[in-house]
Amino acid sequence: MDVAFIIETIVKIVVILLIFSALAGLGTYFERKVLAFMQRRLGPMHVGPFGLLQVAADGIKLFTKEDIIPQNVVKPIFKIAPVITAATAFMASAAIPFWPQFTVMGYTVHPIVADINVGILYVLGVMAIGLYGPLLGGMASANKWSLISAARSAAIFISYEVISGLSLLAPLMMVGSLSLVDINNYQAGGIGNWIVWSQPVAFILFWIAAFAETGRTPFHLVANDHEIIDGFGTEYSGMRWGMFFIGEYANMFFISFVIAIIFLGGFGDGTIAGAFQLLLKVAFFFFFFLWTRAAWPDVRPDQLMWLCWKVLMPIAVLNIVVTGIVMMF
Amino acid sequence: MHHEEVFTDRNVSEHSAYFYVDIETYPVSGWDKFKQVLKRAVRGELFVGLWVVLREMIKFDIHTVQYPKEKLPIGPRYRAVHKLLRLWESGYERCIGCGLCEKICISDCIRMDTRIDENSRKEVTEYSINLGRCIFCGYCAEVCPELAIVHGGRYENASEQRTHFVIKDDMLTPLDLLKAGEQAEYPGFGAIIPGSDASVKKTPLAY
Ligand code: SF4
Ligand code: SF4
Repeated sequence: MDVAFIIETIVKIVVILLIFSALAGLGTYFERKVLAFMQRRLGPMHVGPFGLLQVAADGIKLFTKEDIIPQNVVKPIFKIAPVITAATAFMASAAIPFWPQFTVMGYTVHPIVADINVGILYVLGVMAIGLYGPLLGGMASANKWSLISAARSAAIFISYEVISGLSLLAPLMMVGSLSLVDINNYQAGGIGNWIVWSQPVAFILFWIAAFAETGRTPFHLVANDHEIIDGFGTEYSGMRWGMFFIGEYANMFFISFVIAIIFLGGFGDGTIAGAFQLLLKVAFFFFFFLWTRAAWPDVRPDQLMWLCWKVLMPIAVLNIVVTGIVMMF
Repeated sequence: MHHEEVFTDRNVSEHSAYFYVDIETYPVSGWDKFKQVLKRAVRGELFVGLWVVLREMIKFDIHTVQYPKEKLPIGPRYRAVHKLLRLWESGYERCIGCGLCEKICISDCIRMDTRIDENSRKEVTEYSINLGRCIFCGYCAEVCPELAIVHGGRYENASEQRTHFVIKDDMLTPLDLLKAGEQAEYPGFGAIIPGSDASVKKTPLAY
């Protein structure tokens, strides 16, 4: 391994960390604003123009708050759990191509940290490890609500891993590669080549599963405020709680990238226009996360399980079988 | 008079807006439940919800009141911090120091002091209300024979202690404001009924 490669990788990691930590903060701002507008409110208004600096105010608040470790918690696990959530969210981003490759001063940059040939497998795998954040945090908290939340998160994440895995299998069979770059290049021909047209069912299923895996509103059971306070986050304060938050919002961005790359053509043929289209698609999916939060109620845990095992999984399996039959002939 | 807000009639009556909601019977068998899920999924109720919130966002019909900068109108009969009014013509204080308000106050929070002045008139030297005890019941305003003590619209109070007072100087209409015609009659408890002039009979002087 030459030095240039190592330096380049480190630079990429730092850039991704910085951009997505900032985006996670901005994401909370957009969430508050969009939800406010949908509920005929104004949202944050007082810090900075249109409340834009609210993000900075929150950051300062979280950083300077006292870091409380309550009595009776399992201390090492309690302390490490938020780190797991934030770290796995960012680790998953390593295999996501955020932008087509471009050349700066004769040097070609690949805006992907590691173009491994099992990219999507890696992304899903690491996101699944993210389950340990809520699970361990909830179990170590010595709090009833946190414990319920931990149990729910284990049930939900494991169930919906099945859906996201099975629903992705059909498009992957068509592409014949697990690398996100290959998947993107498969659809480079334009809108007609997007996988969403040939695999609409898989697209919908994966989208639904994405809501469960990021714990967003119709499936927001792991931290459902009116039932279990803040779930696994109840006992956390200050920046440890903030790390859970950053992890959640970074995950929303990354899963939006994954949906856009796998099903909606990603950055297309790699031109600048294609790259901006990718950003637009990601913005839409992120907006949709907020939109559903304003519009839809939460489902009950048993309904969620019912939906997963009795409706979505059979459909996903059927989708794979049908895809296989069609590809055979 | 300042303008009067028209308030919705929220009293329960046969004309009020109470109505019974139709609640569908809950499905019992598994097949019925499945049909209900299918019906709800296919009828696109989820998309109706999405549309409703998106429509509100596009219409941008914001209802937020940015409180310290904007305030909601309060009713004309709102009972907030008291005012002492002056006579319109002479500018003299209306309060004659009869002490009825002090007597009726159920929280015992009015305290006043009077003396006989040079013209042998009763003069109010001290008048204070402990707002920490006042329950803003309006009895003082109702009992006052001179329409001297009334309620005002000043509802923002802050203090460092539970006892805090308004004194005569705070409540009495300043003379310059009276001359500018800014003293408002209070339409609430104890006020004169509109058109009461017409119903007053002249005292026959034949006695
Ligand atoms: S409003 Fe009621 S409690 Fe307050 S001073 Fe008047 S009589 Fe007393
Ligand atoms: S009842 Fe009216 S006139 Fe009598 S003392 Fe009180 S404020 Fe003055």
